[in-house]
Amino acid sequence: MLIQGLFYLFSAILVLAALGVISARNPVYSALALVMCFVTSAAIWLLLEAEFLAVVLVLVYVGAVMVLFLFVVMMLDINLAELRQGFTRFAWLGWLTALAVIVEIAGVVWARGGLGIDASAGGTASAADYSNTLALGTLLYTRYAYPLELAAMLLLVAIVAAISLTMRRRAGLKQQDISAQVAVRAEDRVRLIKMASEKRP
Amino acid sequence: MHKLTDIWLALPDYGRSTVWSVVITVVLIISVALLTLWERKVIGWMQLRRGPNRVRIFGLVPGLGQPFADVFKLLMKEVIVPTNSNKFLFRLAPIITLVPAFAAWAVIPLSPTVVVSRADAGLLYLLSLTSMGVYGVIIAGWAANSKYAFLGAMRSAAQMVAYEIAMGFALVGVLMATGSMNLGTIVLTQAGGALSWNWFWLFPLLMVYFISGVAETNRAPFDVAEGESEIVAGFHVEYSGIAFALFFLAEYANMILISTLTAVFFFGGWQGPLEGYQGVAAAPWWLAWLGAPSFLWLFLKVFCLVFLFLWFRATFPRYRYDQIMRLGWKALIPVTLVWIGVEMLLSVYHIGPWSRPWFH
Repeated sequence: MLIQGLFYLFSAILVLAALGVISARNPVYSALALVMCFVTSAAIWLLLEAEFLAVVLVLVYVGAVMVLFLFVVMMLDINLAELRQGFTRFAWLGWLTALAVIVEIAGVVWARGGLGIDASAGGTASAADYSNTLALGTLLYTRYAYPLELAAMLLLVAIVAAISLTMRRRAGLKQQDISAQVAVRAEDRVRLIKMASEKRP
Repeated sequence: MHKLTDIWLALPDYGRSTVWSVVITVVLIISVALLTLWERKVIGWMQLRRGPNRVRIFGLVPGLGQPFADVFKLLMKEVIVPTNSNKFLFRLAPIITLVPAFAAWAVIPLSPTVVVSRADAGLLYLLSLTSMGVYGVIIAGWAANSKYAFLGAMRSAAQMVAYEIAMGFALVGVLMATGSMNLGTIVLTQAGGALSWNWFWLFPLLMVYFISGVAETNRAPFDVAEGESEIVAGFHVEYSGIAFALFFLAEYANMILISTLTAVFFFGGWQGPLEGYQGVAAAPWWLAWLGAPSFLWLFLKVFCLVFLFLWFRATFPRYRYDQIMRLGWKALIPVTLVWIGVEMLLSVYHIGPWSRPWFH
């Protein structure tokens, strides 16, 4: 009963926050609403006893991805009036896309005869010493080791590609050479002289 | 007294957890107050000054009343909200900063018996909470609609994201050495006296973790987010009165938190330094006490580590921004990666922590 109540509470917050993402005028509010979406869906996953996934969702998406998102959105000086000009003109396209997505999801769910999961009832109760994290780790590193390595390699390639695309050296840029700064010794800069003390005139 | 114990034992689990979380919160706030005084005193002594020595409580120690006087002053002051600021987010930001600093204490074992939640994914919970601390800073900097505040927020966001990675990798090493993400188990596996605590075999990771911790809390020498000589006070430049005090509270609470985590991960938490040595347990009480686990040990360790924070602040000049980025990405992260490789070898050959029976 408690779990069901919590589920409906979190779901309501999640739906409201998701509506906030697409309806907020200010892009910063949109991004913050998206953070809220992630946190509440993590809470719902916790109710399903998927604690590892819930924590990782918060860790990766809330802790890193959305921070960078906010970073960019806050730096942009977006003119809101200009942004809203094309709203009605392109509204039909947006509705069409939304409709297509809904039809696709419904199609998949219908074809499989429902998902077979009732999230509102909470997860199936497992033994007290059952560790979701351990179970996931065991599976990932034994049965799915090969796909995991493949995904990791893909991400690595993506990182290298992103860096090589954005890294360029402009000519004539004044930059500090940090390794030269670190390599400096006191003897290079200061000359210590030994001399006898002089008499006061 | 006997009756109180009976009531305590009769309480359900969640009742005890609630009581403990209230106790921890109150004690933490008081320790933050005392820590501000201790910081000013210590830095004063290091600079051959006396530090605060005017306000007394009941005419006792000079200076002891200073933090309380400060708090009352800040409570009385007006909280000014800038005209063109985003009012809602401006008020929300201090609270967002404060919540993770306190919520993280839920999984920290304070003594063999006292812990609010024995969560199995405690380490992951801590990582995700500390990564949420950056939101308060960013939102504060943006909502204030001030160039200085915004610059401070940008700097601190980049810094926190960079050092989180090094911190996470250092914790991967701890995880490998202890084989658990439950903080209670992490402390338990370090049993066997001061030399079998993690700091010995994971020394580079300890260094990386603590340096990243100093950077994560935006303390000197990594305090470019506030950088008073460059951007006035950084992200909280527009805050006054108790709203500013909340940022202050969060910063000091985070300092204590990072010190506690370092003590738990690398210095055996509540374990005594002579624990497990031959004959210590049977020795007279003044010696056996060195081997007995208690909250006192955790307190002493945290006290020393917090002192390091103050010492750093009094000693080091502030890093330049590009130096901070270089240190984070090009020095600390490679060190952790190399040491994870070393740990792999150690675990294959059962050396150090991996010679313990449960790794076979």
